Amino acid sequence: MNGMVIIGAGECGTRAAFALREQGYDGPVTLIGAEAGLPYERPPLSKPDGGQAIRKPICEQAALDAAGIDYRPGMSVEAIDRQTRTLTLTGSSLAYERLLIATGARPRRLTCPGAKLALDFRTHADASAVLVAATGPVAIIGAGLIGMELAALLRGRGIKVTVIEAGPAPLSRAVPPHLATALHDRHIAEGVDFHFGQGIQQINPNGVTLASGDHVAAGLVISAIGVIPDTALAQTAGLATGNGILTDARLATSDPAIFAAGDCAAVAQPGGGHMRLESWRNARDQAQIAARNMLGGTEDFAALHWFWSDQYDLGLQVVGLPKAGQEMVTRPLGDGQISLYLADGLLVAAAGLGPGNSIARDIRLAEMLIAAGSRPDPKVLADPAVGLKALLKTARAA
Amino acid sequence: MNWVTACKLDDIEQEGAIRFDHGSRTYAIYRAPDDSVWCTAGLCTHEAIHLSEGLVMDFEVECPKHSGAFDYRTGEALRLPACENLRTYPVEIVEGEVRVAL
Repeated sequence: MNGMVIIGAGECGTRAAFALREQGYDGPVTLIGAEAGLPYERPPLSKPDGGQAIRKPICEQAALDAAGIDYRPGMSVEAIDRQTRTLTLTGSSLAYERLLIATGARPRRLTCPGAKLALDFRTHADASAVLVAATGPVAIIGAGLIGMELAALLRGRGIKVTVIEAGPAPLSRAVPPHLATALHDRHIAEGVDFHFGQGIQQINPNGVTLASGDHVAAGLVISAIGVIPDTALAQTAGLATGNGILTDARLATSDPAIFAAGDCAAVAQPGGGHMRLESWRNARDQAQIAARNMLGGTEDFAALHWFWSDQYDLGLQVVGLPKAGQEMVTRPLGDGQISLYLADGLLVAAAGLGPGNSIARDIRLAEMLIAAGSRPDPKVLADPAVGLKALLKTARAA
Repeated sequence: MNWVTACKLDDIEQEGAIRFDHGSRTYAIYRAPDDSVWCTAGLCTHEAIHLSEGLVMDFEVECPKHSGAFDYRTGEALRLPACENLRTYPVEIVEGEVRVAL
């Protein structure tokens, strides 16, 4: 009997394998991972314990065995034959009834001379190599979430850090501007040097030469200029791809026997177009839906996007997609703040920044308010004396 | 069993939680919507995150980082990624003070 096969054993693929069992599926489940060892969580990679990169398994081998998941680490899939529903593996083949592609994303590479000297930060092996090499001044190329988290980590270890960014400001993609500015200010206060609007002329063993001709001295250069979805297999198999493997709202690709989820999937949106998200929660949420739909479900993916980032002692959380043009209402919250975003009166997003996890509770309440279809009065929303929990109870009772 | 005074009942918001550190350990103390008080180990069993910073709704506390959830009365793990139960500790209220048996 041909079973369910999952390519990619990251957070998404692994969750999907277990979700198939939780849904009661009792046929074969095969989980194929490119890396050796047990599936592991990526978020802890930028939070090392002492000098060591943490490798926190998503599950133990015993859990895989107990669930009857045939886990095949360190294995690459060479091709997908959609006619015969067969995968070509190195030295063998594997037939599938339904296939999930959860191949994730890989670091975008620099193209300047000397680009090979820059280290990526994506896998456990990458994190280990960076931690070993980070003994003197470090240059980080890219001021996105990974670049800024690494800057905080390395400053915390007393290392001189310079961040070089092609755009005019840090964190411009996913973080609302006022919170990006607050984080930027904190990095400056911690002694991080920044160069914005700077291309790279070349990377050499002594550091980075900027387009302006200035030289940033560094013993280690880290490339953190984002990721590109891993679509090669899908593309070769003739599946529809764009910025990711294109799926419908149910996460099915252009072949109804093949699904895609997580960082590699670009999911059809109700308003048209496709959206690809890169986050831990999205990987898990999409895995759940993909697993149910592989078993014949017809559920649309509709979970809100949510992510966090820890830099120094500050915790950032964003839920939904804050955009320019939405009405922003800010609530003070102890030493932090949270902002809520309304589109035509409807609560659609929230973002907060504060020490530790201090803003987490209110962001979670905001998420529940969004899910409840809340249309709060902006004046009430801005009043710190009115708890979001009270608003939620009112919204749910209505 | 060692009974320790942790805080005053009024220190904990109704349907809320506070962190309580004692010796080298950390705990979370909850005040339920019905004003009953409960104590669990302070850190989520999935990753070392303080549960007292999580959202308390009814008899559930949710981890502020990964949304794993527990019934704080029994310590039962209710939602992934939490799968290991929390340890719980007996609580008594004496003249408005919360005492826990650690």
